Amino acid sequence: MSIRAGKSRLSTLLFVSAVVALLISVTTFNQLPADHELHVGNYMVGLLGKYLTYAILAVAVDLVWGYLGILSLGHAAFFALGGYGMGMYLMRQIGDRGVYGNPELPDFMVFLNWTELPWYWSGFDSFAFSALMILLVPGLLAFIFGWFAFRSRVNGVYLSIITQALTYALMLAFFRNEMGFGGNNGLTDFKDLLGFDLRSENVRLGLFIASGVALLLVYLLCDSILRSRLGKVAIAIRDAEDRTRFLGYRVERVKLALFTLSAMIAGLAGALYVPQVGIINPGEFSPLNSIEVVVWVAIGGRGALYGAVVGALGVNYAKTWFTGAYPEAWLFALGLLFVVVTLLLPKGIAGLRLRRNRVQQRQAESNV
Amino acid sequence: MNNDDKYYKSLIKRDRVFEFLIPKVVEDLDLSHGTALYLENISVNFDGFKAINKLNFYVNTGELRCLIGPNGAGKTTLMDIVTGKTRPDTGSAWFGQRINLLRMDEAEIAQAGIGRKFQKPSVFENLSVFDNLELSMEGTRSVWSTYRASLNSETAERIEAMAGTINLLKQLNKNAGLLSHGQKQWLEIGMLIMQNPSLLLIDEPAAGMTHQEMDKTVELLQALSGERAVVVVEHDMEFVRALQSRVTVLHQGSVLAEGSMSDIQNDSEVMRVYLGTGSSS
Repeated sequence: MSIRAGKSRLSTLLFVSAVVALLISVTTFNQLPADHELHVGNYMVGLLGKYLTYAILAVAVDLVWGYLGILSLGHAAFFALGGYGMGMYLMRQIGDRGVYGNPELPDFMVFLNWTELPWYWSGFDSFAFSALMILLVPGLLAFIFGWFAFRSRVNGVYLSIITQALTYALMLAFFRNEMGFGGNNGLTDFKDLLGFDLRSENVRLGLFIASGVALLLVYLLCDSILRSRLGKVAIAIRDAEDRTRFLGYRVERVKLALFTLSAMIAGLAGALYVPQVGIINPGEFSPLNSIEVVVWVAIGGRGALYGAVVGALGVNYAKTWFTGAYPEAWLFALGLLFVVVTLLLPKGIAGLRLRRNRVQQRQAESNV
Repeated sequence: MNNDDKYYKSLIKRDRVFEFLIPKVVEDLDLSHGTALYLENISVNFDGFKAINKLNFYVNTGELRCLIGPNGAGKTTLMDIVTGKTRPDTGSAWFGQRINLLRMDEAEIAQAGIGRKFQKPSVFENLSVFDNLELSMEGTRSVWSTYRASLNSETAERIEAMAGTINLLKQLNKNAGLLSHGQKQWLEIGMLIMQNPSLLLIDEPAAGMTHQEMDKTVELLQALSGERAVVVVEHDMEFVRALQSRVTVLHQGSVLAEGSMSDIQNDSEVMRVYLGTGSSS
């Protein structure tokens, strides 16, 4: 018991130091003169910031898939909703600096000949309200969805398919102009966030650091849940749902609570993503995106939170490199990677360490 | 379908309060009349197959009872009804005088004090023996309080003491999936006791056990009864005999005979059902 707890605390400590080291080193190397060999360019900072938000999303998926057994193929929907929340705030911040110079309405609404803001856009000029919505809207959607799905005991592949349908339906809805979210083009042309110019290098660095800090906080929160008795109940539900019920646990409530939390984390990730890439459009709801997240987690190793982070960072770095060097080959490479990992490393990269631990444990036992 | 019809009909009955208006509370267990479990006139239909047919079954408080019967006699279905997994088409099921089992789900029934051990040992394989026992321990079950729950030395000692009772002290930190079949059976019995239920339903506890382990199980079950009611389903007749309890024989979903093991063995009906002989010889 104590050995086990000590070990997981060690991995948390290692993870936290690794992320802090990454943040500090990137910040320092970014300040070096551009011709220095260790200089990290602004492009790279932006890229790493984007990867960090993907890592947060991967942690959210790992929380429900790796520990609770809910294979959600719709987490990109929560990510995109959080992103739209941030996008709406950023649109309102443009004010009269848009092409049409309308102080109230975003450009696309002027273009559509709308005369006033739709009711659901009100309040998004306040950052506090937007931040609340960024967490609340994905959380509420997940709560309502989960309420029906878990209470009717929809499980396994059926649940996965419904989550795909959910994100697909949202994508179709957001593509429509009359929804008031910019339709096909989405929301873009952002100017500033909380008064800071989004095109400035320091603000980009600040967003990168904010994403890293958010990743740390999310990781620590999920880690504290998984190390508590609730985390053990989650694993129990994943492995033997009926048995857990006969012990008196309300399985649907545990699922609902963790699924909602996971959706809120995904929303946060989306909100950090949007100012860094400068656009949010309905393509983010695409079912393929959700599946890609699951692939990151599978490759990194589900059932270990740091595995999800390693998977998200690693696969996305490979994607950036591949799409630069061999653009056509990327999807094949991703598919191959997924097949190889599934066949040879069913527990992903994190599984290597777990396996070594088990071998050590077995050796220790045979020595006794 | 059948159930739905009945439900809609109950809505137009004018001599009663609507069923959904009756508060659905888990009331205190009341065992003052000396009966822990009442099953009356229970019938269950699975697509035309009568798994349980007008069954009446009572268990006294503190009693140890064995349930035997050929395959398909309805033993497991009976347990499913008591634990809320299956809803009967007709009949009533009460736990003590006040708790109506037919209006509660699995988790509520478990919290009210009915524990169940499955036929196939089902422990949480990816959790340690300690964690398995910790999760089973009676107490709070809500999401927030399980998140905030912490182990004090008293509960840790209780868990260790239980691990000692079920002979798994050395395996305390081992994953339950690495235990032998017999050890898993023991762990599951330990988990059941940690729940501190007033009624235990135990499905085939002796399967996969050695003779020594079986003797120990008999001792344990006898020790458990007295404080709690214990219902054991078992196929191994030697084991049933060793328990020295009252025996109920199920056949085609109803009670065929009830009595001590020697009464049962001499019952001609039972012999006919079990051995295909008796009345003809």
